[in-house]
Amino acid sequence: MTNQYLKQIVNKNYQYGFVTAIESDTFAPGLSEEVIHHISKLKNEPEFMLQWRLRAYQYWLTLSPPRWAHVNFPNIDYQNIIYYSAPRVKKDGPASLEEVDPKLLETYKKLGIPLHEQGRLAGVAVDAVFDSVSVATTFKAKLAEAGVIFCSFSEAVQEYPALVEKYLGTVVPYRDNFFAALNSAVFSDGSFVYIPKGVRCPMELSTYFRINAANTGQFERTLIIADADSHVSYLEGCTAPMRDENQLHAAVVELVALENAEIKYSTVQNWYPGDEEGRGGIYNFVTKRGACRGKHAKISWTQIETGSAITWKYPSVILQGDDSIGEFYSVALTNHHQQADTGTKMIHIGKNTRSTIISKGISAGFGQNTYRGLVRVLPQALYARNYTQCESLLLSATCGAHTFPYIEVKNPTSQIEHEAYTSKIGADQLFYCRQRGLSIEDAISMIVNGFCKRVFNELPMEFAVEAQKLLEVSLEGSVG
Amino acid sequence: MLIIKNLHASIRDEKQKTKKILCGIDLHVKSGEVHAIMGPNGSGKSTLANILAGQKEYEVTQGEAWLDGKNLMDLEPESRAAAGLFLAFQYPVEIPGVNNMYFLKAAVNSVRKHRQLPPLDAMDFLTLIKNKMKEMEMDEKFLSRAVNEGFSGGEKKCNEILQMLMLEPKLAILDETDSGLDIDALQRVAKGVNSLRDFKRSIVVVTHYQRLLNYIVPDVVHVMMKGKIIKSGGKELALELEEKGYGWLGSTE
Ligand SMILES: Nc1ncnc2c1ncn2[C@@H]1O[C@H](COP(=O)(O)OP(=O)(O)O)[C@@H](O)[C@H]1O
Ligand SMILES: [Mg+2]
Repeated sequence: MTNQYLKQIVNKNYQYGFVTAIESDTFAPGLSEEVIHHISKLKNEPEFMLQWRLRAYQYWLTLSPPRWAHVNFPNIDYQNIIYYSAPRVKKDGPASLEEVDPKLLETYKKLGIPLHEQGRLAGVAVDAVFDSVSVATTFKAKLAEAGVIFCSFSEAVQEYPALVEKYLGTVVPYRDNFFAALNSAVFSDGSFVYIPKGVRCPMELSTYFRINAANTGQFERTLIIADADSHVSYLEGCTAPMRDENQLHAAVVELVALENAEIKYSTVQNWYPGDEEGRGGIYNFVTKRGACRGKHAKISWTQIETGSAITWKYPSVILQGDDSIGEFYSVALTNHHQQADTGTKMIHIGKNTRSTIISKGISAGFGQNTYRGLVRVLPQALYARNYTQCESLLLSATCGAHTFPYIEVKNPTSQIEHEAYTSKIGADQLFYCRQRGLSIEDAISMIVNGFCKRVFNELPMEFAVEAQKLLEVSLEGSVG
Repeated sequence: MLIIKNLHASIRDEKQKTKKILCGIDLHVKSGEVHAIMGPNGSGKSTLANILAGQKEYEVTQGEAWLDGKNLMDLEPESRAAAGLFLAFQYPVEIPGVNNMYFLKAAVNSVRKHRQLPPLDAMDFLTLIKNKMKEMEMDEKFLSRAVNEGFSGGEKKCNEILQMLMLEPKLAILDETDSGLDIDALQRVAKGVNSLRDFKRSIVVVTHYQRLLNYIVPDVVHVMMKGKIIKSGGKELALELEEKGYGWLGSTE
């Protein structure tokens, strides 16, 4: 009986599947040096950027797509993807919110991300990325008062080329992997953040990624630099229309935390997951990594992954500075035919470095959910410590949960703890809740939310409630 | 209030073999009455309680059960709860990460909705639950903990009674709520149960021990064995059982 009920509950509709009818400048499908020249020229990039892109492209040509993840998908034809699509603008781009195309404003409003600087998200600055370009960034003036730079990547390349050149590719080099190389060659926009020394960013920063155009890949790049003694909390959200074809999203995120700096990076990923039969949906192949470069630096990743046909990503931390801290909190939900292979890498280099990994996988329908994590402690990382806890919750008999923890410890003073559990949603828990008068929907969402509590607690307040709701929606119609 | 007629039920084990657990239960509990069900381990007391609450693991092969004129077998567990049936579980489950107060508030308001009452707001709810906790001499820290998680056996049982007091059922079934309680906790539980007792409500107490029945004095005592009620009587029957055990009854069969 449980199966049937859970199935009903896990199948709610994707609410963000609409398409915005807007005129756009779109390249023909295909990838070549010419395309890269074209992107770079459109963006009026300095020579160093173009050269870097071209080197990445040349390197990418030598690679073949990786196959080691526990995910299945047909070969991607990289010549059949559109690498650039941007809503048409009259001038060089909107100078202020008033100049943003009303259709775009309407789109973000529908997505629940108002781009005016008041209302529900009044305490959050938003950079809105639509297909290949950033269309608006809010609260720039207020942030500038604090010395915080928050702008689109394209703008950063124009306005702060020295910062970009200094840090770009230093955490995720283009040689890192197939998708990182591809992204480095063709990325079109993204967000850029710089928090100066000693500044606590006065508000939450967030980027909202929206894929709209068909057959288009989204290749964005985010770079966040927290200078010494600074603090920032950043959140990204993502949605896409419902389409029968798969679309590729290959992003790169680089974080740099200097001495005593702290970066808290949260993701609520809700790309279109495909339909019940597994048709369509986003391939979310993302490289995210942070480097704690200074003493006592801290980087914390929190992710709620409910969307995408395939999620393949490992937000990681390189703990270089002594006493630095890396954290990874994750909820990954796979329903229907969704697949997720996600986890983290914690690379301990500095002394007394500490890392915490809390991973919650929820599988329903035919969903496949894999945790893959690496904890590496180098010989010089004296007294390093790691705590890992992986839990999986199975809501159907046809779904799967897999755990691949890799631990490499090259020093006897370190302390590593690993716990892993798999549980089925308890028929007895469900019955208990229902005996107390709760509907089966409420009971399941309560149990699942309880399971995720530890991770939700890490989200910024404004988004914890959203995340819960999202989970409820994504779960509609599951379990058996 | 509760009428059970010739109820038969069985369960299928992993090898799909059918095992009969209830073999024709007849029970009639009137409004305002307290009935005790006693009997050796494995006689089917919990099974009966769970079936009444809507546990579908068991197959009801024959018979019927009515609560206030409603055929229980037609109702989902949550509708039975809304109709006023409450089961204090023999083994209350833990629900990690779910706040005890949040859970109870959702339950109370869900049941109120079914009963066409307006939901309690946060303040009213808090006032009410704090009063009930005082009655039960429970520490308020239980409100902020996860449902039953890390509670001792006795704490879980007290939490069940707290839930019962908040949900104000018409028919409360207490499945071995007394086992694992020290004497103080036992008295608190009894006090809680007695505070609910009135002419409109009925209570069914499943227990092994006469001890609890000193505090919650039953109108009728039943003895269940091998899936049947083999003897019923007044409260003296419990004393007799305490003295002689169940053996003398079994031999009469
Ligand atoms: N879910 C179940 N699966 C298999 N056997 C069960 C199940 N529930 C109850 N039984 C069996 O039914 C009989 C009655 O159990 P129960 O109702 O718990 O008895 P009591 O509460 O009187 O001690 C026992 O033999 C028990 O093993
Ligand atoms: Mg029992």
